[in-house]
Amino acid sequence: MEKPINEMRLVVPSRSANESFARVAVAAFVSQLDPTLDELSDIKTAVSEAVTNCIVHGYRDTIGSIYINARLFQNGKICVKIHDTGCGIADVKQAMEPLYTTGGSDRSGLGFTVMESFTDKLRVRSTPGKGTTVTLEKHIERRTHD
Amino acid sequence: MAADISFCDGCMTVRLGGEIDHHNAGLLRESIDSSAERKLPNKLILDFSKVGFMDSSGIGLIMGRYRLIKELGGELEVIGASPQIKRVIKLAGLERLGLNVG
Repeated sequence: MEKPINEMRLVVPSRSANESFARVAVAAFVSQLDPTLDELSDIKTAVSEAVTNCIVHGYRDTIGSIYINARLFQNGKICVKIHDTGCGIADVKQAMEPLYTTGGSDRSGLGFTVMESFTDKLRVRSTPGKGTTVTLEKHIERRTHD
Repeated sequence: MAADISFCDGCMTVRLGGEIDHHNAGLLRESIDSSAERKLPNKLILDFSKVGFMDSSGIGLIMGRYRLIKELGGELEVIGASPQIKRVIKLAGLERLGLNVG
């Protein structure tokens, strides 16, 4: 397996104040690959959606830990794993459908749609009662410097 | 997270600021809705020009306010959205609601 050139792990409780902290922390870490502002805001948006899902759905009526792991690769690939040990998703396919939500009238049901379109690859693994792992992959264009 | 709300000739303008995510969308929603329900505007303008970041929680915020202003018989307009915010709005297909996004 390909070895990352750098790696970061972060564990935060599922408090909504940590949504902005998590996306900014991941963005700060991946900045060393010199992404464009657009690439950086894509990553921030996708991470924000995944972390919000842990808080709103995974740990709906409770506070649990959110585990974030970001890895950077030589070829410019970024891999961010966001994991919770919350309630899990019974039907991942249905949960990923645009506009599907169990979160009430002010949730748009677009979290997975946003993650999918703002990254190159999205993987969702979930076991009801055990938790959910979302893996986001994005390729950063390597720019040459003088 | 700031929202500066002003009224002029039945038009309610909300100048949003900072970052819009699940954490602060709730407070924004409450302050917009309580003002709108008190003043019953016939037009609502959401101004995003001072918003640096928005995820899909912002879509929920826009869609909910769209429903509210429709119930009051009014119109919603979204202005000042950055390219990042416009991309999120596009994914939601809000233009299909006849919503003006500038």
